[in-house]
Amino acid sequence: MAEQETGRRSDGPPLLEAHNVHMMFGGLMALHGVSLHINKGEILAIIGPNGAGKTTLINIFSGVYHPNPGRILFEGVDRTTMPPHHVAALGIARTFQNVALFKGMSVLDNIMVGRHLHMKSGFFSQGLYWGLGQKEEIKHREYVEWIIDWLEIEHIRKTPAGMLPYGLQKRVELGRALAAEPKLLLLDEPMAGMNLEEKEDIARFVLDANEELGTTICLVEHDMGVVMDISDRVVVLDYGQKIGDGTPEEIRNDDRVIKAYLGSVGR
Amino acid sequence: MAFFMEVLISGLLAGVMYSLVALGFVMIYKASGVFNFAQGAMVLFAALTCVCLSERFMPFWAACLVTLAAMVLVATGIEGIVLRPLVARPPIILFMATIGLAFFLEGLGQAIWGTEVHGINIGIPDNPLPWLIQRGLMVSQFDLVAALIAGVLVAVLVFFFQKTRTGRALRAVSDDHEAALSVGIPLRWIWGVTWGIAGLIALVAGIMWGTRLGVQYSLSLIVLKALPVLILGGLDSITGAIIGGLIIGASEKLAEVYLGSLVGGGIENFFPYLLGVLFLWFRPYGLFGREIIERV
Repeated sequence: MAEQETGRRSDGPPLLEAHNVHMMFGGLMALHGVSLHINKGEILAIIGPNGAGKTTLINIFSGVYHPNPGRILFEGVDRTTMPPHHVAALGIARTFQNVALFKGMSVLDNIMVGRHLHMKSGFFSQGLYWGLGQKEEIKHREYVEWIIDWLEIEHIRKTPAGMLPYGLQKRVELGRALAAEPKLLLLDEPMAGMNLEEKEDIARFVLDANEELGTTICLVEHDMGVVMDISDRVVVLDYGQKIGDGTPEEIRNDDRVIKAYLGSVGR
Repeated sequence: MAFFMEVLISGLLAGVMYSLVALGFVMIYKASGVFNFAQGAMVLFAALTCVCLSERFMPFWAACLVTLAAMVLVATGIEGIVLRPLVARPPIILFMATIGLAFFLEGLGQAIWGTEVHGINIGIPDNPLPWLIQRGLMVSQFDLVAALIAGVLVAVLVFFFQKTRTGRALRAVSDDHEAALSVGIPLRWIWGVTWGIAGLIALVAGIMWGTRLGVQYSLSLIVLKALPVLILGGLDSITGAIIGGLIIGASEKLAEVYLGSLVGGGIENFFPYLLGVLFLWFRPYGLFGREIIERV
């Protein structure tokens, strides 16, 4: 499964940079001075034990929380305080830890909503000038159907998303995020609660999205398993601080990381 | 049999009028999870503004347009000034805010336009069509037109929800705020649109009910008639609002005619609530509402 080509990373500036990010919830310091960058074209995994601040970091990247203090740069532009829907417009899509699909809508509609930002014709032109709206709808529909084919979910296109089993919901959510043709895709525990086969399916889709669509991917995972195989680089968080940053090989042999995961080894 | 049909049809047509009011609730509940108690006050405010403008300043059609603009302004204003600062508070707080709003809007409407009763005449007589009388059905023309208008309104709303980009975004927002934001849907714009549409529905309902009852303070009490409709149909379903309205309308008329005589009459006024209570016992999320199952 490990098919990374190390030459894939571009030499340009990082796609996303986080500088000295702090995040406080009440009296709890969830993130304490984390700095990291995501290179264009890579798959970066953020791992760490429970409560390490991984999801908080994803929420900061997608604009749900704003770091204080701290700065977030995307393509070199400061976007620290941008609200989530503006962040989405910059080309950052995400999935959620506890699947946040539109449960009452069909799979097709869910993924169509993912293309919201690409649709130009608004309220009135679609209501009144039917022609233009229809032409656009067909164009986007084609892309969405392509994604559905690619994710191998043709058979459930018309099914309400809420009625699907968990593994498929996760896959549909991935499809919705990819429909936006994002520059950066944030995946919050995409394999949580899955069996091995489902995990491998998702791993395959993540690798394909990275290679075929050229999407930069940042994924958060709790356990190291599959993640180590598909990532170019791994960042390790523990108690809101970064304790490791390197290739999967380097991380595997890092003393601090081993200690955080396994506790008092060698004592 | 003809008599039964007549009762049934006039009941269904009255039900359409209830649906009109219920629709306004459903719109707002779907998009923002707020049970907007002020919907009735919005209906009164719309009817009052429309009728007074047409009496004093302009022809009726112009008054309708101006009122529509005013309602969109009032509705989006409510959303922006009153409810937005309360986002993410418990539903009961939002509900209390809308009760306050209801009193405010009733007061404002009467402060501007006075408290006397107005009649609206939209030029459709409230008596049966001759060719229907010949077939033995006493069905009011006005009821038919009201049903037609409600039907068109519903068709437009359904088209909007199912086929347009904004409609799809609206459904997405009603399902999951966070996910909607993550795909780039601006919540505020969507909430503004929703309240604007609720304003439009209030205007249509206000004109239709105003024609029927006269435009006066008690118009805002028709929210109470919308409650059983919502309980029956489900708070978050447009289809539910329509079907619920029809069932309530038909059943209250039939109950009055066929059961009322047994107990001395007058059950029309409370029968819908009786039906509502039955539904709360056996199907609390309504016929078409989203079933919420909480696992313990």
